[in-house]
Amino acid sequence: MASPEVHHLFHRPIADHSFSADRQTLAVAKDTTVELYGKVGNAFKLKDELKGHDKTVTSVDIAPESGRIVTCSQDRNALVWEPSPTGYKPTLVLLRIARAATFVRWSPSETKFAVGSGDRVIAICYFEEENDWWVSKHLKKPIRSTITTVNWHPNSVLLAAGSTDAHARVFSSFIKGIDARPEPSVWGERLPFNTVCGEYLNNSAGWVHSVAFSPSGNALAFAAHDSSITIVYPSGPEQPPQAVVSVSTQLLPFMSMIWNGEDEIIAAGYDCEAFRFQGGLSGWQLTGTLEAKGRPGLGDAREESALNMFKQMDLKGKVKDDTQLKTVHQNTITTLRVYEGRNGSVSKFSSESHP
Amino acid sequence: MSQSLRPYLQCVRSSVTAALCLSNFASQTSERHNVPEIEAQTSPEVLLTPLVIARNENEKVLIEPSVNSVRISIKIKQADEIENILVHKFTRFLTQRAEAFFILRRKPVKGYDISFLITNFHTEEMLKHKLVDFIIQFMEEVDKEISEMKLFVSLRGLSLQMPKIGLY
Repeated sequence: MASPEVHHLFHRPIADHSFSADRQTLAVAKDTTVELYGKVGNAFKLKDELKGHDKTVTSVDIAPESGRIVTCSQDRNALVWEPSPTGYKPTLVLLRIARAATFVRWSPSETKFAVGSGDRVIAICYFEEENDWWVSKHLKKPIRSTITTVNWHPNSVLLAAGSTDAHARVFSSFIKGIDARPEPSVWGERLPFNTVCGEYLNNSAGWVHSVAFSPSGNALAFAAHDSSITIVYPSGPEQPPQAVVSVSTQLLPFMSMIWNGEDEIIAAGYDCEAFRFQGGLSGWQLTGTLEAKGRPGLGDAREESALNMFKQMDLKGKVKDDTQLKTVHQNTITTLRVYEGRNGSVSKFSSESHP
Repeated sequence: MSQSLRPYLQCVRSSVTAALCLSNFASQTSERHNVPEIEAQTSPEVLLTPLVIARNENEKVLIEPSVNSVRISIKIKQADEIENILVHKFTRFLTQRAEAFFILRRKPVKGYDISFLITNFHTEEMLKHKLVDFIIQFMEEVDKEISEMKLFVSLRGLSLQMPKIGLY
């Protein structure tokens, strides 16, 4: 694998990031604002700042077709930023939640988006023409704790969500007038709003950090706090799943993952580097890390002389400088995104972490 | 480092590393708040099982992890009364300067001498592996510090006594 492009943006934690479809614009959540970076040559330059939230922005997503940006924050609000010639114009979304909004993603159809919240609901938001604002409908039923993550099925109706009550669930978010009736799939045939198509728990019941549908939408993977990932292959409505494959690892938990085709998952998290999982219906396994260890410019750069050793001991009180980790990221990777890919296969992906 | 201290510290190191997997988590119970869940104790599902690592009954570490904060409490070895007083004075000195230490808790958890409270904001701003190093180094140094101080105290007592008993 080619060596990564590293863009150092600023010295603050990054909660979420998103690239526009042409990969020229990068939106990054920084504290209470969202910063837009434009690509200039090989670097990213600060272009615009979206100010509108008064608490930490938790998530940001750019719709690939329309270019609309949706952001959500711990101040309980979500904003849709409409691109216009004079800059981005914010519109408040009627979320009707009383706790922090934690996660937001556009549906592939871009007519709706889902906002996870600490209020034990998922707000499915859509644009109401007659009132000219974004309204929401709540997915409420079996959710018992904060929603940490959501992921859309390619048909824009099914929605997977992970929460701190250790469950990964698949809901139907069918809204009359907005969605076309979906094709029957392994998840079910008739899908009125708030149908629970699946509810999964792994063995040790850790908080779910990430959920992801496979490119076809026929399998669901979720990563939990017990450092495992679990892949579920459903067989049909009201039936037990064909296979539930759980891979537990000796690593630290994964925060985010993406599918690369139907038989590969890339996951990253508290270990500060990305790992590759491969497999299928019969079983999955961890095949290794994506990062080439021992990059040049790290470690052995300086020769070990006695003088140097004593100098280090004098200056820092220790012989070896072990501040730098061997990985590209020096802290937890919070989000992985597909950067370049086609038909569900990923050729490049982006990741981000705290400074 | 003594032979039995090494595995003890190694065990603490790996447990703290695993416990320090924190994420930003806003309160589920109060609106627009973001508090360390381990202190608030309002949502049982975001707390993990506390863990005690003990070298013997006078030396142990309590690790209480949650979704956005970890509380690490240390009981420092106290063999006799002098060490008791020394540890008390020493930890008091540190806790009075808690804001300079960022992760130090102002009041130790009951039954322990000193507590650290690490939240997701600390792990985001500082390097996680260095935070772990700091805790381990503190545990290594504190024993040394206390026994050194004890030595000073008894040395001083001895030197005061010497003329009286008529040695020299």
